[in-house]
Amino acid sequence: MSTTDLQTPLKRARGLGSAKDGTHHFIVQRITALALVPLAIWVIWLALALVRADYAHARAIVHHPFAAIWLTAFVIATFWHAQLGLQVVIEDYVHARWLEVTAQLAVKFFCAVGALASVLAIVRIALG
Amino acid sequence: MPTERPLSPHLQIYRWQLTMVLSIIHRATGVALAVGTILLIALLLALAAGPDAYQTVRAFCSSWLGTLMLFGWSWALCFHLCNGIRHLAWDTGWGFEIPRAYLTGWTVVAASLVMTALIWACVFAQGGAA
Repeated sequence: MSTTDLQTPLKRARGLGSAKDGTHHFIVQRITALALVPLAIWVIWLALALVRADYAHARAIVHHPFAAIWLTAFVIATFWHAQLGLQVVIEDYVHARWLEVTAQLAVKFFCAVGALASVLAIVRIALG
Repeated sequence: MPTERPLSPHLQIYRWQLTMVLSIIHRATGVALAVGTILLIALLLALAAGPDAYQTVRAFCSSWLGTLMLFGWSWALCFHLCNGIRHLAWDTGWGFEIPRAYLTGWTVVAASLVMTALIWACVFAQGGAA
């Protein structure tokens, strides 16, 4: 550090790194991963219950409050985790700045709309 | 981007090992599963919309292409789930010794294949694809 630089080393390091926000990305990725372990196993079980179900039965399964709550949690955790994961893949492999920004925005919008659409569908089934 | 820094050995000259293969597959299955969420959205929207829309999605799932995609995604989910647990164990500092990394790696491969087989055994036991 030069004598004229009044910034602390921490201040200079903040905002750097490919994610631009330090360990926050890493930690949220782990939290959503941890949540998705039981949720994904439960969703596999739910999907198998849907295999033989006709429309009315399938709707009744998702209509159940327990299923609706956990399915909503699964959908939110899934799209959040997907956005975080795809963000890293784009950061690693897309080096043209304009393309990277476009791809990151596209992923964020897709995950946001996907989560909203899924949650609204579940709410419609749960209340309908 | 031109750089003066030395580059690490790249895939073309690196000797292939289980650990790197699983790392690459973890990423690939993650991307595949993100694409697979389109079917999840479609299924939920169709279930909310009505019997006709739901039947359309079901028909696609039962087609050979739909079944093939579901089969691929089911294995991708099982692999990403099992290897994700392996990653979470690493995050606690456990399992970095090379013999243990190989043991957990092969365990993940076996577990993902067994889980996928069990899922599809359940599907076919219920009388056919999706």
